[in-house]
Amino acid sequence: MSKKYDAGVKEYRDTYWTPDYVPLDTDLLACFKCTGQDGVPREEVAAAVAAESSTGTWSTVWSELLTDLDFYKGRCYRIEDVPGDKEAFYAFIAYPLDLFEEGSITNVLTSLVGNVFGFKALRHLRLEDIRFPMAFIKTCMGPPNGIVVERDRMNKYGRPLLGCTIKPKLGLSGKNYGRVVYECLRGGLDFTKDDENINSQPFQRWQNRFEFVAEATNLAQQETGEKKGHYLNCTAATPEEMYERAEFAKELGQPIIMHDYITGGFTANTGLAKWCRKNGMLLHIHRAMHAVIDRHPKHGIHFRVLAKCLRLSGGDQLHTGTVVGKLEGDRQSTLGYIDQLRESFVPEDRSRGNFFDQDWGSMGGVFAVASGGIHVWHMPALVAIFGDDSVLQFGGGTHGHPWGSAAGAAANRVALEACVKARNAGREIEREGRDILTEAAKHSPELAIALETWKEIKFEFDTVDKLDVN
Amino acid sequence: MPFKSTVGDYQTVATLETFGFLPPMTQDEIYDQIAYIIAQGWSPLVEHVHPSNSMATYWSFWKLPFFGEKDLGVIVSELEACHRAYPDHHVRLVGYDAYTQSQGSCFVVFEGR
Repeated sequence: MSKKYDAGVKEYRDTYWTPDYVPLDTDLLACFKCTGQDGVPREEVAAAVAAESSTGTWSTVWSELLTDLDFYKGRCYRIEDVPGDKEAFYAFIAYPLDLFEEGSITNVLTSLVGNVFGFKALRHLRLEDIRFPMAFIKTCMGPPNGIVVERDRMNKYGRPLLGCTIKPKLGLSGKNYGRVVYECLRGGLDFTKDDENINSQPFQRWQNRFEFVAEATNLAQQETGEKKGHYLNCTAATPEEMYERAEFAKELGQPIIMHDYITGGFTANTGLAKWCRKNGMLLHIHRAMHAVIDRHPKHGIHFRVLAKCLRLSGGDQLHTGTVVGKLEGDRQSTLGYIDQLRESFVPEDRSRGNFFDQDWGSMGGVFAVASGGIHVWHMPALVAIFGDDSVLQFGGGTHGHPWGSAAGAAANRVALEACVKARNAGREIEREGRDILTEAAKHSPELAIALETWKEIKFEFDTVDKLDVN
Repeated sequence: MPFKSTVGDYQTVATLETFGFLPPMTQDEIYDQIAYIIAQGWSPLVEHVHPSNSMATYWSFWKLPFFGEKDLGVIVSELEACHRAYPDHHVRLVGYDAYTQSQGSCFVVFEGR
């Protein structure tokens, strides 16, 4: 029976609050943490979020009746208390698959975190998690290579990979920059990295950097007999320049390039990931600007959502924080989203911040990158927390060694291998970390000096964004 | 005054990937690593190559992967047999993970000269 047009403003909950709805396997599900304005009922706030992030607008419009909006609307199907918080609540919303363009993370985010975040009836709004349905996942390419292929290309097995960012991050000439790359790689690192701020500035244009870096990685590879790479940052002002840089990296025979996926944008990232798949290049992903979006516990987007979006958009390595270093990161929450990067199925587990079962199907995995304020004493904890499918990156912890970057790199490599060997032999490496490192230092003067240099440095501040628990 | 400096000279070393920066393992330490491979449900396999070709993707198999082998002694004997047959070759032990189609573990046990 056709409906009658009735102009005016309806309450959102009449249409968008559907507590009896059973979500379909093909629905995209989202969990928002909502903090409404005083006096607005929870159901109305939650329904408003569902409406404004899907088909609704503030007024009834005649053209709604030209379609079957019940087929297209988002629905809030559940409301839950937030543990330990009286004013906020979780709203679970189901979106029909047809609201989204196939393979477009850009489109998903434009809908889910678009206008609704500025909505006046809300004081704060945070997107905590998305359950992507398999029907959507299968339309995304995902990582250009994935963990298994990256290991095969780089010939690295049975341990985390080791890297570092070149420092100082700004101001070196191309030739001096290449020297630092060479020192790190000859000392035993697998990878070095362009700092995210390095694009193509007056002191060091990108072609010049790429050429010297290629010479440095090739020489280090030849002298050490091990595979080496440097993340050549292709992030640029326009997609055309980004692809030009990527092409040149390939021409130089380099194995890996890099992109900043939030400042660069999801469209650029997805495009570059597809280029990487086609051209046999690995893709390292930086996450500048993430903390603007993900750090506030009541507003923004949790990093687990940004991590899931990156796996779908495409990348072979993604920065995840270190838990133990200078940058923010809760341990359980970090474990929760590194699972989302690497596993083929992640079950709902609120103690790790995962609100839904998430099936990734056959999509390749992404290496978790731990970088920022870590040094050799952190090694046992890092190996225990991140496991083998990770890249551990020590910047200051490499270049700050009293003998220079090569010795710093060697110290980290010895420490890493000592921890992996001890773990495999059944030792509790976090508890026995001091003994393991001290024993290893007997065979490595570089490690002995590193242990002495960084013995007092700790970063013990409380985490701002904690998981919601009583 | 005699020359005195606290800065050491780090010399580049040619290494063979995982565990290349640690001293050679003792017999007991090798047993521990084999036990780990077997406990993970991976298949042990032995590979060897002439040092001049150590960066090749494919090293020669020693026989076939030891699918389902649970006896640490058997794996140690095979490593030693391979080393006796090819004394100038690098010999490595791999823990092959059929689930991921990757190597969960891989390190050189005997270095060729």
